[in-house]
Amino acid sequence: MTTPQSNNNPGKEHPSGDERYKAIDLTIKKFKFEKDALLEVLNSAQETFGYLTRDLLIYISSQLGVPLSQVYGVATFYHMFTFDPLGEHNCIVCTGTACHVKGSERIVSALSDEFEILAGETTDDGLFSLTNARCLGSCGLAPVVVLNGQVSGKETPEAVVRQVRELVSLSKDRAQPEAA
Amino acid sequence: MNNAKLKSLGQKELEKQEKYERRIFCCTSTACLSAGAGPTHTSLKQAVDACKCDEHEAEVVQTGCMGLCSRGPLVRVEAKKQDPVLYGDVSTEIAQQIIARHVPIKSQELDVDPDEDDDETLSPHDMLQFRASLRQAKTKEQLDRHIISPDIPFFAKQVKVVLTETGHINPDSLEDYLAHGGYQALAHVLDEMTPEQVCDEILDSGLRGRGGAGFPTGLKWNLVRKEESERKFVIVNGDEGDPGAYMDRTVMEDDPHRVLEGMIICAYAVGASYGYLYIRGEYPIAIDRIRRSIRTARRRGILGRSVMGTDFSFMADVRIGAGAFVCGEETALIHSVEGKRGMPRMRPPYPSESGLWEVPTVINNVETMGNVPSIINKGAEWYAGIGTEKSKGTKVFALAGQLRNTGLIEVPMGITLREIVYDIGDGIPGDREFKAAQTGGPSGGCIPAEYLDTPVDYESLTALGSIMGSGGLVIIDETTSMPEFARFFMDFCVDESCGKCIPCRVGTVQIRKLLDKILAGESTPDDMEKLKSVCELVKSTSLCGLGQSAPNPVMSTLNFFRHEYDSLIQPDTVENVPVE
Repeated sequence: MTTPQSNNNPGKEHPSGDERYKAIDLTIKKFKFEKDALLEVLNSAQETFGYLTRDLLIYISSQLGVPLSQVYGVATFYHMFTFDPLGEHNCIVCTGTACHVKGSERIVSALSDEFEILAGETTDDGLFSLTNARCLGSCGLAPVVVLNGQVSGKETPEAVVRQVRELVSLSKDRAQPEAA
Repeated sequence: MNNAKLKSLGQKELEKQEKYERRIFCCTSTACLSAGAGPTHTSLKQAVDACKCDEHEAEVVQTGCMGLCSRGPLVRVEAKKQDPVLYGDVSTEIAQQIIARHVPIKSQELDVDPDEDDDETLSPHDMLQFRASLRQAKTKEQLDRHIISPDIPFFAKQVKVVLTETGHINPDSLEDYLAHGGYQALAHVLDEMTPEQVCDEILDSGLRGRGGAGFPTGLKWNLVRKEESERKFVIVNGDEGDPGAYMDRTVMEDDPHRVLEGMIICAYAVGASYGYLYIRGEYPIAIDRIRRSIRTARRRGILGRSVMGTDFSFMADVRIGAGAFVCGEETALIHSVEGKRGMPRMRPPYPSESGLWEVPTVINNVETMGNVPSIINKGAEWYAGIGTEKSKGTKVFALAGQLRNTGLIEVPMGITLREIVYDIGDGIPGDREFKAAQTGGPSGGCIPAEYLDTPVDYESLTALGSIMGSGGLVIIDETTSMPEFARFFMDFCVDESCGKCIPCRVGTVQIRKLLDKILAGESTPDDMEKLKSVCELVKSTSLCGLGQSAPNPVMSTLNFFRHEYDSLIQPDTVENVPVE
């Protein structure tokens, strides 16, 4: 990684002209370029881009005047920051205590087996990501699954696998109409 | 805005609400939403519209958690001069039937040809049909089956303090909170009490930290109050990381102003002028609602330069956590608010002396803050009258696992586990047996059936090798293997250990390796001794609460369910006998 010339041009826009950087600039300005706002800025970057790239970390480092090593250190410490893009479809399986007791592991392993990925990974074709969550706080309806942002409770491995299979095959058909 | 103006705002809201003949409350908290409360709410509204009744006949209100999450979506109908009726498992169709039963339908609109109606929306004609069908015994009986009696032990055994307004008010409406007596505790404190009196009142109430450790709140406030410093901070800890716990989220989502009120009272008592609410990033709705409440409170002069027209000034802001369990530890949380890696540090100095940016800081859990307005309103004596000698007041638990009734409950301290499991929870479904109650999440332990009559308070749970914790209470039955359950928690601790101190970073990994070996059936009796000694070591030498309590799930299951571990150990064959 090339060393950025730190703190040389705070306030200067990102050279790519990518509109999304404006959201980050806004957060930085809201906190008046305070170094303490690093976590807030990273949060807004994660939200805007969906994941953190090397370029983003360098940009934040130079804007806030915080050493890149520290930005990287903070970003890798917290679970919510990710460094790879998510798949087109994303299934979050809650593996909190209540869901564990009610068999969420079986849902995870059923999806793992079906799509040959581990939790936290994305399939090679970029169509499906499997994620674990610590606890979604819907323990009364355990086991809970979030499929493409839709929360549903009292799930079974079969039902979840079937839904994901349908979504993924729909996307595949769209990608290769001639095969259909 | 001074108190008189706020009061009149509340009064106006109350009058507005009283104009309605009936108010229909639909729970739209996270649990009910995942059970389909979104469509239910829409359906309720459409059905009321279709009745074409006068405006003041019925109002549909979005509200917070009503408690019995396993029967979600929940809908409550409150009509004038009638007892409220609570319905469970309300699908969109049941929602229409509920409206047909409770709301009058204006029939002159029926001249409209029913065929002309849009298929998507309901018409008065549809509603009349629904009502007619309710005259049939079968349909009526079906709907009656959805009624949940308020007399069932799930509700009867609870005592509501923190959750008083939850499920009764619209969380996004300051006016609704005011109509329920909101911000009166703050007004009273600002008008008639000195900071010292406030601290003493809280101390006398016996309120202890609800985050898990149980430090007397009044004592903590007094420590910070006595610090001489130009700047002081208040932090509300909403980093509820325990899996299986969602008490704080519910309070923040469903009664955000109560948390703010408690926080401002605390700030006045200790002399702080700025505060942060640190909320888990996984709780977007809570973040949103708290932010909105801060904005409204600021606009109404409850936050800002002159709080409720007095010369006390206080401002609050939100900080979002990014998913690190260790940030629930106060010094780690402080580092996180400062934008650093959330790692704990040695104490002392305690945050009350040197906290955020080395300034005296009070850190209290969301639920602790939620208790404060009620204590001020009703007095320390009233609060101290609830609970046991050393643990006063109530505790909110997230009741989950293998039970018929699961959800959010608030019970007086000292209630027995048996009452929670068999009365409130209505026992284990099927004909399976109760095996253990897990309290305190990854920092807690498992309590077996023979201790079901233990009162739930800080000391009793600690004596059993568990902790009160923040309030997760997961019931497990005979289908769960205890060594496997212990490994589940150890996986969590290995993942969440921040890596700063060696006992926790290395010890948790070693414990997990030993558990893996035991579960694979490859262990020797020697491994059991090793497991015990590593647990002791991690417990006694780790830097912060995470490491010190990480072995609890293993130690408590070893203590009470030793036979399950023993059954996994290879009988002593020649090669398995440890070589001395």
